[in-house]
Amino acid sequence: MSMYGYLFRRLLGTIPVMLVVAVFIFLMLRLTPSDPAAIIAGDNATTEQVAQIRSQLGLDRPMIEQFVIWSGRVLTGNLGESFFFKKTVAALISERIEPTLSLALFTILIAVFVAVPLGVLAAHRHGSWIDRIVMSFSVLGFSVPVFVIGYLLIYLFAVYLNWLPVQGYQRISEGVGGWAQRLILPSVTLSVIYIALIARMTRTSVLEVLSEDYIRTARAKGQSERKVMFRHALRNAAVPIVTVIGLGVALLIGGVVVTESVFTIPGLGRLTVDAVLARDYPTIQAVILLFSFVYVMINLAVDMIYTILDPRIRY
Amino acid sequence: MADATILEPALPASAAKPAAYRKLLRNMGVVFGAAVITIVLLMGLFAPWLGTIDPTAINPIARNKVPGTEITIRTDTGERIKMIAKLGTDGLGRDVYSRVVYGARVSLFVGITVALISVACGLFIGLLAGFFRVLDAVIMRIMDGLMAIPAILLAIAMVSLFRSSVWTVIIAITVPQIPGVVRLVRSIVLSVREEPYVEAAVTLGTSTPKLLWRHVLPNTVAPMIVQGTFICASAILIEAILSFLGIGVPPEVPTWGNIMAAGREVFSLFPHNIIYPGVCLALTILAVNVLGDGLRDTLDPKMMKRV
Repeated sequence: MSMYGYLFRRLLGTIPVMLVVAVFIFLMLRLTPSDPAAIIAGDNATTEQVAQIRSQLGLDRPMIEQFVIWSGRVLTGNLGESFFFKKTVAALISERIEPTLSLALFTILIAVFVAVPLGVLAAHRHGSWIDRIVMSFSVLGFSVPVFVIGYLLIYLFAVYLNWLPVQGYQRISEGVGGWAQRLILPSVTLSVIYIALIARMTRTSVLEVLSEDYIRTARAKGQSERKVMFRHALRNAAVPIVTVIGLGVALLIGGVVVTESVFTIPGLGRLTVDAVLARDYPTIQAVILLFSFVYVMINLAVDMIYTILDPRIRY
Repeated sequence: MADATILEPALPASAAKPAAYRKLLRNMGVVFGAAVITIVLLMGLFAPWLGTIDPTAINPIARNKVPGTEITIRTDTGERIKMIAKLGTDGLGRDVYSRVVYGARVSLFVGITVALISVACGLFIGLLAGFFRVLDAVIMRIMDGLMAIPAILLAIAMVSLFRSSVWTVIIAITVPQIPGVVRLVRSIVLSVREEPYVEAAVTLGTSTPKLLWRHVLPNTVAPMIVQGTFICASAILIEAILSFLGIGVPPEVPTWGNIMAAGREVFSLFPHNIIYPGVCLALTILAVNVLGDGLRDTLDPKMMKRV
């Protein structure tokens, strides 16, 4: 089967997953004890006013009808109106997306460029002190909460050494230098757990490949060790590594929420927390849908990358 | 060695126990992890007798004191006594040492409760999915959907539904953990179902509940212990994250996340609010993770490939 056929089938396959996500989010927020109409109407509203808002929002119709209307709107990009920020949710998200995207991209770059060489090195020197350090770091990375790492880095580099700004975000349009400078600490903070994950998987995967016959052949024909590691071992070990990078996006999204709070970055993560604190349900719904959609799509893309990395995989 | 692995399923569980015990005690990770967890557990249990004062007592004249400062506190009877704030005080004058010690209670309680509930629910749903073809498709689609929502985000969304309390937080953390357990249990059931002894039992007309109880459930024990340990670690972490973000356990309850949340504003001047609970938290999670790795290596070496 051609790759496009496979892509199409996989795209179809994401529909039931996203449908479950949508139903879950919809039901979850409809089953809340608090009444959205009452929240919008405010504290001084009369019963009639609340009832009027309820019928405006369609909250008095049957559940299934509400779901169909709601999902129809979501598909056309109408995510509703935020209770708290008094704007459309779509406008709110487009305002907040730049910091989050920048942070995520920086983090992925740092993580991949640090973790993959570390993992290869650990596998190459299997059982040595380097291997042990990488593995200990990996366990530690999973255990130290991201906000503790964040505050330690702020204390060291911003408060004590005074090298970098403490907190905040500068838009890319206000200067690339300031933008990048303010992203260093948050993305290093966020990359720690990601590095731990990727380095561990790289090591395991490369170790497995190193025991293959073709590695022995490559060494026997006098190929340099560097070429053996990067051209033969890493290439063949790539599929599990790319998989874990894709799955790790879930960790990354969770980490974004925390990191943006620590570094007061006005992104989608901070928006999620603010929306929860304000019980702003349309915003909560939209952000969770968006993050889940991105997560599903990234993992779909990862599956597509397999065919490029490993031509043996056929669909 | 080879004989032992072949014979294993036929041996009664009690005969295998002493060997497993000895193996566990020889594993450094298990010993270290168990030791640290025991210390934290004892710290939580004996919190009132460890030189602590009321961890929720607000003391306006002793706000933001650095560790080692002498403060005056008022007892229930109205007496004033002087004491040393070993780890300083927070922005409301609460004793950080007392809060850190009491914080062990909430962290471990949340971690262990979440692990138990999610393993129990996951086992039940996973057994259903693995054994009944009709339910399988529906259950697994729902689980796939739940897994598409990043765990922390799902927990945050669930927290927003109810009034903040320890149980809200426990439920919010548990739900995202269940799909992982369900998948694991289902995969075990599917592979056990092909085993000759299960086929034999089916041929002999064993009833399904008895089959699950006798032949399938014992196979899940080791993986569930390991998985439960890892869930415990991430539950402690997520509880701290939620509390730190100000949407977890109510702020007056002493938890490590809450102590850090209280110290956020004045962090650069008074880092002790973040550092001490942070170290406790990291050490506890590290211990649980290391224990989990050790348990996995000793109890269930096959699982390294499965997960």
